[in-house]
Amino acid sequence: MATGVAAWLPFARAAAIGWMPVANCPMPVAPRDNHKRQDELIILNVSGRRFQTWRNTLDRYPDTLLGSSEKDFFYNEETKEYFFDRDPDAFRSILNFYRTGKLHYPRHECISAYDEELTFFGIIPEVIGDCCYEEYKDRKRENLERLQDDQEENKDMKLPKLNFRETIWRAFENPHTSTMALVFYYVTGFFIAISVITNVVETVPCGSTTNQKDMPCGERYTVAFFCIDTACVMIFTVEYLMRLFAAPSRYRFMRSVMSIIDVMAILPYYIGLVMTNNEDVSGAFVTLRVFRVFRIFKFSRHSQGLRILGYTLKSCASELGFLLFSLTMAIIIFATVMFYAEKGSSSSKFTSIPASFWYTIVTMTTLGYGDMVPKTIAGKIFGSICSLSGVLVIALPVPVIVSNFSRIYHQNQRADKRRAQKKARLARIRIVKSGSANAFLQSKRNGLLNELLELTGTEEDEQKLIKSTSLLESQHHHLLHCLEKTTCYPVCSLQAHEFVDEQMYKQNRLETALQNDPSRSPSICSHDSSVGTCCSHRVKRNAALPSVSVPSTHPIPMHQGPLQELRAIHIQCGDLPSHTTSRSNLNLKTDDSGRINCRGAQITTAIICLPTPSALTPDGDGLHGPPQQRPPPPLGHPAAPSIQTTTSSAGTNIIKVSAL
Amino acid sequence: MTWAQRTTCSVLEQNSVEDELELSAVRHRPEGLEQLEAQTRFSRKELQILYRGFKTECPSGIVNEDTFKDIYSQFFPQGDASTYAHFLFNAFDTDHNGSVSFEDFVMGLSILLRGTVQEKLNWAFNLYDINKDGYITKEEMLDIMKAIYDMMGKCTYPVLKEETPRQHVEVFFQKMDKNKDGVVTIDEFIDCCQNDENIMRSMHLFENVL
Repeated sequence: MATGVAAWLPFARAAAIGWMPVANCPMPVAPRDNHKRQDELIILNVSGRRFQTWRNTLDRYPDTLLGSSEKDFFYNEETKEYFFDRDPDAFRSILNFYRTGKLHYPRHECISAYDEELTFFGIIPEVIGDCCYEEYKDRKRENLERLQDDQEENKDMKLPKLNFRETIWRAFENPHTSTMALVFYYVTGFFIAISVITNVVETVPCGSTTNQKDMPCGERYTVAFFCIDTACVMIFTVEYLMRLFAAPSRYRFMRSVMSIIDVMAILPYYIGLVMTNNEDVSGAFVTLRVFRVFRIFKFSRHSQGLRILGYTLKSCASELGFLLFSLTMAIIIFATVMFYAEKGSSSSKFTSIPASFWYTIVTMTTLGYGDMVPKTIAGKIFGSICSLSGVLVIALPVPVIVSNFSRIYHQNQRADKRRAQKKARLARIRIVKSGSANAFLQSKRNGLLNELLELTGTEEDEQKLIKSTSLLESQHHHLLHCLEKTTCYPVCSLQAHEFVDEQMYKQNRLETALQNDPSRSPSICSHDSSVGTCCSHRVKRNAALPSVSVPSTHPIPMHQGPLQELRAIHIQCGDLPSHTTSRSNLNLKTDDSGRINCRGAQITTAIICLPTPSALTPDGDGLHGPPQQRPPPPLGHPAAPSIQTTTSSAGTNIIKVSAL
Repeated sequence: MTWAQRTTCSVLEQNSVEDELELSAVRHRPEGLEQLEAQTRFSRKELQILYRGFKTECPSGIVNEDTFKDIYSQFFPQGDASTYAHFLFNAFDTDHNGSVSFEDFVMGLSILLRGTVQEKLNWAFNLYDINKDGYITKEEMLDIMKAIYDMMGKCTYPVLKEETPRQHVEVFFQKMDKNKDGVVTIDEFIDCCQNDENIMRSMHLFENVL
């Protein structure tokens, strides 16, 4: 159904009368318009800005939100208008779509924001008019590329299991991935430099000896240079073969520019080995040595700037071609003119047109060697015209190449900048995430605190310690709490798992290890003050527990007092690695399960350490377990270690908190 | 009474782009609402609604044949409606100036939607009579028929054959051409239609369109 011309439907139907006399069969009955209502103005309130339009305007596109009954969901009875909590600026262009039938993309809008608005209102982006469609698509593509770049960075971080070949290839392509690759990278770079330098030095005349003429160093120290050359070629060959082996697509690798350069760098040596001192081919051999200079191009793997340069030249191929073509044209024209102008003068150097090419080139590029100079007046006139026009012809395509280079270079800079910024961004995001998780833990403790406060009934402390959390937060925390409860196994000996701080978890693991080896004393720090200045001390809650419960057997030096002494423990949390792995570890083993230490926010809690009952009387849900006063287990119990372990394992649920 | 402002457009070429430029330079304003109310059988409100729709689609106030074809083709996506739209355009363009203004549009609609059966049949005859000479010949009818069948498109059941329009024309002429002289005059046409029940019923089909 034509949507944009819905207004013309009455006309089309009326014109159908033209078919009636011709028709053979009777016509079907026309649908009745039962909801015949007068066209009315409806008000669309978008974030406070009121738009008004005819209902018919919106009905033009019945498969969008505004054109269908979906907008009834947004109808506000009191104000008799449709309220949308969206961006009013973007809504303008959407409403204009209904009015004019063409959707325009406002250039100042962010592309993803605009896309979201379109999706919300049920309009497909393909209806964007031709005037704006190209811009829209361009920006969308740019955005996608940017996101893809970021994803590719992520891909680098994730390391799926690579086999040997892939590891080598990766090491070659990204030298920063492993130290070996870096070493190899620098070694090859060094050898390339050596090779190039030897090539250069070979031709320098060394000091004269008894021989009459000055020999170049190459001929004087033949053996030394040959050794160096051999060594370099060895390295290059090995590198090439390894790359060939590791390449995912050998055929494509062999066709790539860098591999061709590699081959050209090492081939002359082997050809020279094969060839004997045959006089006929020595000329060709000398030519081959020239190709050794291509080794310098191998540096492009080491230098990004070189690569950018090469890429620029490739992308400016058409401009370069034009430059070349126009230069050739000009050269031929001026050479011809100069030749004929100078034909008259005697002893003229302009012996033929090709000979004049040299003069033209030298003049047009404003070199002006002066080896060929026009003598006739006409020649001088044309010569000056030649030099003036040369400046123009050369100057024209150059800015294009320069701008291309600048664009690509800046793109590269931006990519590097983005990569650096990303690390900072990710770190910040991680902190926020860990902050929210810690908020849950904190509120949990406060929640327990509150519950116990209710039990003990101290009013003032209750007011002090109840932190006001928003409804949203409390509901979210309740949800996480429910999740914890859900992970309770049907067998009651295991308790519900908890979300805990990562640091606590690590400490717990450490402690359980330590408890099995009681000779070592962990570092414990607990302050009584409420202001946290704890730097890197890790508070070992569990260490406190066994120490309290079994003070005599545990050699850990404790500053704490008796059993029911309250401690304020500061857990200073820093930035965290991900929680999920530690949580899953929680679910795995209960022995090692414990708290995860957190290193980020500051959590001030007061904890009373209570001994657990032995494993014979399992706690069920230790969180709401028995009241705080509990007799300590018999000290010197032979099963002290078991108590300790049960403490540690059941210690997960002994966070009995009481008022300070 | 209608007047068109023509801004400068020096060289008028027969290019479609130039035509568009020319049209965009032309602005047409219809007569007042009262006059149109008097001339047609539409109420004020209906005229308002009609004009709003018309002006939205054609902001310059007039429709040229290409736009007309475009708009009409959108209602028949599966076939080719351009030929029939051409005939329709000629039927609406009563003063034959190559463009349909709002008055033409609304007059035509008035006849089709609110006119008497006689007027409607008259209009239909006008549509079929391509060269407006007062007679419908077989060739004219065949053109119209082909145009109508073109609108159906290819995907029909049963499949449209080449001679279907021709057969249809034969049937039509058998019915309408009373004196078998090979042409249908206006009186033959109206007579015949008034005697045909189906046609009479279908004439009232679109009366409540607006």
